[in-house]
Order: sequence, then structure tokens, then C-alpha cells
Amino acid sequence: MTNASVHSELLDLLTEAVLVQNELRTEAMQVFRKLGLPGNKNEEYKHTPITRALEKGLQLRASFVTGGALPNEDQWKISGLNAYHAVLLNGSLLPEKSFLPSQVTAMPMSKASANLQHVKDNMGTYADFRNDAFAAWNTAAWSDGVYLEIPEAVKLDKPIVIYYLHDSQAGQVKSVTRNLVISGRNSEAAIIEKWCTTGSNTVISNTLSEIVLHESARLNHVVLQSDTDAHIQYLFNQFWQHSGSFLNSHVITLDGGFIRNNTRVALDGENCESHLYGLYLLHKNIIADNHTVVDHRKPNSYSNELYKGILEDQAKGVFNGKIFVRPDAQKTNAFQSNRNILLSDKATINTKPQLEIWADDVKCSHGCTTGQLDEEALFYLRSRGINKDTARAMMLYAFASELLDTVNDAELKNYLDALVSERLHKNF
Amino acid sequence: MLAIKNLSAQVNGKQILNGINLEVKAGEVHAIMGPNGSGKSTLASVLAGREEFEVTDGTVEYLGKNLLELEPDERAREGIFLAFQYPVEIPGVSTINFMKTAVNQVREHRGLETLDAVSFLGLMKEKMKLVEIDQSLLNRSLNEGFSGGEKKRNEIFQMAMLEPKLAILDETDSGLDIDALKIVANGVNKLRSKNNAIIVVTHYQRLLNYIVPDFVHVLYKGKIVKSGGKELALELEAKGYDWIKSEVEVA
Ligand SMILES: Nc1ncnc2c1ncn2[C@@H]1O[C@H](COP(=O)(O)OP(=O)(O)OP(=O)(O)O)[C@@H](O)[C@H]1O
Ligand SMILES: [Mg+2]
Repeated sequence: MTNASVHSELLDLLTEAVLVQNELRTEAMQVFRKLGLPGNKNEEYKHTPITRALEKGLQLRASFVTGGALPNEDQWKISGLNAYHAVLLNGSLLPEKSFLPSQVTAMPMSKASANLQHVKDNMGTYADFRNDAFAAWNTAAWSDGVYLEIPEAVKLDKPIVIYYLHDSQAGQVKSVTRNLVISGRNSEAAIIEKWCTTGSNTVISNTLSEIVLHESARLNHVVLQSDTDAHIQYLFNQFWQHSGSFLNSHVITLDGGFIRNNTRVALDGENCESHLYGLYLLHKNIIADNHTVVDHRKPNSYSNELYKGILEDQAKGVFNGKIFVRPDAQKTNAFQSNRNILLSDKATINTKPQLEIWADDVKCSHGCTTGQLDEEALFYLRSRGINKDTARAMMLYAFASELLDTVNDAELKNYLDALVSERLHKNF
Repeated sequence: MLAIKNLSAQVNGKQILNGINLEVKAGEVHAIMGPNGSGKSTLASVLAGREEFEVTDGTVEYLGKNLLELEPDERAREGIFLAFQYPVEIPGVSTINFMKTAVNQVREHRGLETLDAVSFLGLMKEKMKLVEIDQSLLNRSLNEGFSGGEKKRNEIFQMAMLEPKLAILDETDSGLDIDALKIVANGVNKLRSKNNAIIVVTHYQRLLNYIVPDFVHVLYKGKIVKSGGKELALELEAKGYDWIKSEVEVA
């Protein structure tokens, strides 16, 4: 088989059984077909061979399975976290398994987009699907998801967790989901996303959320990736901030197969504040890519981005951080930092900051560091009698804990702390 | 306790120690002096087990063991302590947590019960008093943003916590004000016993007024070129190093 025919079979497979019933989907499907899956010449996927991962992971001649069984709660639930939750299984929301706060409007996306005019109108207006094949594929082919509206001034007492469960025991799974979150004026909420796969057949998931923060809304958003290596994941979170809103975004990657995250924030109002945090602990053969965009469109806002990674074995990491400061966005403060520790010769990280600044009265800075564990510090710890493994774990944990400390929810922080401690062999 | 014989060492291909001989017995205090760059810190680092330094010749016996075969952390658990000339800053690791781990790993090695949080805190409070260090400092990241004097005091605090058999103090007096110098010296003197030994690296007689040495050695170009009693330090203070350098050149 030639590359071209593999490619077109893959496109057919991904769009198999997709009903294109409206204008937006039709356009998105055309974009997807036209762009095709990204190859290594595509600048945005230069170090991220997702198409190759799909070719390797998927059986081109087999269909995707639907349905599936809900695994035991202890396999996927965040233990010790008091929270609301929405549960999706292989791409469909299960309302009877979900538990959502009564003060919010919550609906399966399949229903909301059919019944609510403003959902129809908002869909696709925030997340750009015209320049990225996977965003286009999502827009054309999503099957379900969550629509959430937090009304004005409502302050939720607990976070909402969206669990994306995949059962690939009976065959390969495709899961294309779409969310719309509207945080009303002065509202406060926390949203957590987590994925869990059972079964060893490949799962390709594509999750796209459009998240709008109206005036003075506050949102904590946490992405938690600690899934199996059967999972090939594309994730796109587009945040859209209006004046005075506050966003805390965390992307925490501990395990999985192949991961591409797009975290994009548009600061489309004055006096917005955005904090983008990322922590990736990559091992084995994982490839994980964080592409971020912070787009300052209006004056007087603040953004701060800190992504940190520890890579071992043959893991590959990519960080690409774009900051745009548009001509209107005077008095912007925008900071970015990416720091990495490589623990093996075979682990790699490609990091690239990209600042495009069209306004003149701004404060921007960026920096990236990549290195091994600090030998002098290691020697210092060991010179006090601490064995090498513990000393290493102490330093790695210290590196990671700077990020864990930024997680607000104490219960979630405990849970993450336990996962990170275990991964770093913390025994002190 | 410690027998250094003909010790030579290099770093990055540069020979720094050129055949050092030194014997330290339990209960003794040895001062090592010498011009900048003569190899004092290098000797201290080699004894503590820094891998960067390659031993090219000689032997070091410590309590009947071949010291050079031990890992740095094994040496520490066996009772060697180095107070660094330049203590390292480690963000994200607090002195308290770090010391708790260290004390317990050392205790475990010595066959003692590990300390729980309460008894550790008790021990810490006692030693904090000894070196007059504030707990707020110990809650912070290890040495991060500490003043020069605070770092040195933290070194002595750690020494007090670990109760070493052989303490090597590398210019612990530099950067200390007069009061701190007395406090540090007092902390060191409390440790002094007939079972322990101390090696003090210093440039100044001042410290030796408080920690009175049994022997004073002059290290020059990686060799001990002169040894004597405490009066040698006074002589160096008065005359500098030139007379020793010319003695060496003549020989
Ligand atoms: N990592 C290294 N690479 C190259 N040269 C080094 C290294 N470490 C030390 N040296 C050199 O070894 C020599 C001895 O250094 P050392 O720090 O032992 O001196 P010292 O006697 O402690 O001096 P001071 O009194 O200034 O503390 C110096 O010339 C120093 O530049
Ligand atoms: Mg020195």
C-alpha cells in the first residue's frame, strides 16, 4: 500500500458513519478532507508524529466498536475528591451515571445543540477549526459531550469532573466529543477532565471544549491525563475571557500513549488574569506535546504561564508556547517559562517559545531551561547521609511540587500529590 | 581515626592535590590554612566523596575502612560531615524535611530507631537553640536566598543534628559577624569530645581563638608544606605566607 492510500483509508476510517447534518459540520468536513492528516512537514506537528501513531495503532480494515461496559468506579474516579461529575462512555454522555449541580444548566451536547439556539450559534465560533485537521475533524464528527452553563453569580461548592471512559476490550474505539462551557458573570466554578481506558485495543480520542468566561467569572480548570498506552489523545481547550475574568488552567500529564494538547486562551477583555500551568512526567515511549496560545486582544491584562516536565526512558516531549499581543493590547503583562529535566540520554524535549508582539507598551518575558538533575545539589543532599535514590526523588519532587502547590482544591491536590509521589518514588 | 597517605587528586585533567599526608586521631582538632587556590576545599571535597574529583594516587583510611571506596552518603552515615564553603541552594526542599530524612537515614544506619515527627521536632528545637537559628529559616527552601552568614549557621545546625565523628569545616567562619562566629565556635566546641575529631579550614587566626587547634597545617600547591602547633597560626597571621613559599622554593 502506498502512503497516500494508507492516508486516505485512515481519513475514511475516522469519518466512517459520521452524519454531516448541518452547515458547520459540512464545512468542517471539507476542511478536514482538504487539510488531511498532518505529516512531519507540518510546522505545528513537526515533532509530533500523530498520524504515524494512528497508522500504527489503528487497524485500517476494522470498524470502531461502540457501546461498551462501564468499568468499576475505583478504576476511574478521583478518590478522596468530593465533586459533581459527568460520565461519558466511548463518546456518549451517560446522564443516569452523572451527578451535576442543580444550579447549573447541564445537558448532553447532542441535545443542547439540537434544542438551544444559543448553543448552535456559539458552536465553532471560539475554537478555530479551519487551520487544524483534528479541530476540523472534531467539529465535523463529534458525537456527544457536555453543555454546561453556570448562571450569573452562582458559585459552585464543588468541582465538576468530566470523566471520559473508554472501553476498547472488544475492538478499537473512536471517541470524538465536544463541550461548551459558559461561565456567567461573577460565577465561580472548577472543572476537571480525566480519561480512563480499559482494554488494550487502540482508542483515538478527540476532545474539544469551548469555554467562555463572562465578565468577572472565575474558573479553575484541570486536565488530568494518567491513562494507558492504548490511548492516542488529541485535546483542544479554547478559553475565551471577557473583562475582569480569572482563569487558572492546569494540564497534568502522567501517563498515556500519545498525547497532543492544545490549550488556548483569548484574553478578549480588560483586566483579565490567566494562569497556565503544566506538569508532564513522561516515561517509557510516551510522546506528549503541549501547544499553548495566549492571545492578548485587549489592554491591561495579565497572563503567566509555567510548564515543567521531567522526562525519562525514551519519552519525547514537545512544548510550544505562543504569546500574541495585539496592537490594541497595551499595558499587557505576559510571562512564560518552560523548564525541563531529562533523566536519560534517550529522552528528548523540543521546546519553542513564540512571541508576537504588536503593541509597544507591554511587559513580556519568556525563558526555557532543559537540563539534568543538578549534580551539586545532589551531592549536597548525599553528603548529609541521604542515599542517592532518595536524594534524586527529593529533588524531582521539589521540582514538581512547585506546580502542585498551585492547585487550589486541597482534595485534588492530595490526590495529585499521591500520584506524583508514587511516580517519582518519593519515600521520605 | 583518619589516615591520609600520599593523596593526589585531579579535576578536569588538572592536578590539584600532590601527595598529602595527614593523620587525625580521635579527640584532635586540626586546622588547615594556606593561600587561596592551594587545594583546601579540594581536599575537603575528596574526603566527602565528590565524584568530580579523581583520586590519582594514595589512600585514605577512616575508622579502619578504605574511605575512597565509599559513596558520599555512606561516608556521611559513617560519621563524616562537611560544612561547605559554599552551601548549595536547593529550591523546593525545606531544611526541616531534608534534615528529617537525613537524620533518620543516619540513625537507621547506626541501628537506632527512626524519630517520629514529635521527637524529631524536639531534637531540632534543642539544636536550633545551640546555634541560635530561627525556625522560620528552616521552614524555607534549603539555603535559598539565605544570607552568607545564615547559610554558614545552617551548616552548623545540620552538623549538630547529625552528630558526626569527623567534621570538616571549610571556611565556616568567612562571612560571619563576631557574634555569629562565637555562636558557631560554641556549637563546634559542644561537639568536641575524645571520640570526635574536627578539621577546620580557615584563613584567620580569629576562629582559632575560639576553636583552639591541636595542630596547624599549611597547604600550598596541593601539599602540606608545614605543620606545627597552634602558635603556627599566630606566626602566619603575623608574617603571611611568603616565608613559607620561599622555604618551599629553596627546598
Ligand atoms: N572543577 C574544577 N575545575 C577546574 N579547576 C578547579 C575545579 N575545582 C577547583 N579547581 C582549582 O583547583 C585549585 C584549588 O581549589 P580549592 O577550591 O581547593 O582551593 P582552596 O584552597 O579551597 O582556596 P580558597 O582559599 O580560595 O577557598 C584552584 O586553582 C581551583 O581553581
Ligand atoms: Mg576553599
